[in-house]
Amino acid sequence: MATKTTKSTKVESVVLNNYESVIIFTPVLSEEQLKDAVAKYRKIITENGGELIHEENWGLTKLAYPIQKKTTGFYHIYEYKAPASFVSTFELAFRRDERIMRFLSTVLDKHSIQYNVRKRNGEFNQGKNTTKQQEAKK
Amino acid sequence: MAKPQKKYTGSSVFNTTPDAAQRKKYCRFKKNGIKYIDYKDANFLLKFVNDQGKILPRRLTGTSLKFQRKISQAVKRARHIAVLPFTGDMIK
Repeated sequence: MATKTTKSTKVESVVLNNYESVIIFTPVLSEEQLKDAVAKYRKIITENGGELIHEENWGLTKLAYPIQKKTTGFYHIYEYKAPASFVSTFELAFRRDERIMRFLSTVLDKHSIQYNVRKRNGEFNQGKNTTKQQEAKK
Repeated sequence: MAKPQKKYTGSSVFNTTPDAAQRKKYCRFKKNGIKYIDYKDANFLLKFVNDQGKILPRRLTGTSLKFQRKISQAVKRARHIAVLPFTGDMIK
């Protein structure tokens, strides 16, 4: 009965799944505007019964091809737990927002959750691909 | 016995050592125990596309079917979020 949102997801009536959303904001935003936008979506997650696990910001990154005639964008990644119905409302908010050029939400399975945890702990030092990856993110 | 003589062996990005044509290909994911392919990692995904940005076939990379499906999914996701280009010359 208690409204616990930690760990005991199976006991609750609402099952929380793990999701990950990558958002690309327009490069025309100032630093403060970006912060506002990021905070807005953080709030949406927590207000709709979601639970933010991790956030990552790549900063201003070059795009592989132009989107809306822009060659750069601010990448922001949210990793969160939420009920399945939440994703559509979250994406609706993205579509209504002109600051967002592109977004992608994916479900995380057990392997990807594990991968993300390991990545956060910086366990990928021996792998060849991961040293490059960290460089790329800086 | 009587193996079909190599029709299309790795003269490309993979196994470029001199005797590569004779060496057996293997699935790097099975061998290294990689279970998840990160679509945000452009440098890693670049190994599975050619210079034009097309996904390389399994017969060249040696990837098992299970992971080829995951690669293809990851590359397509990466293209959507502009981490990889859809097309291009000399993208490497």
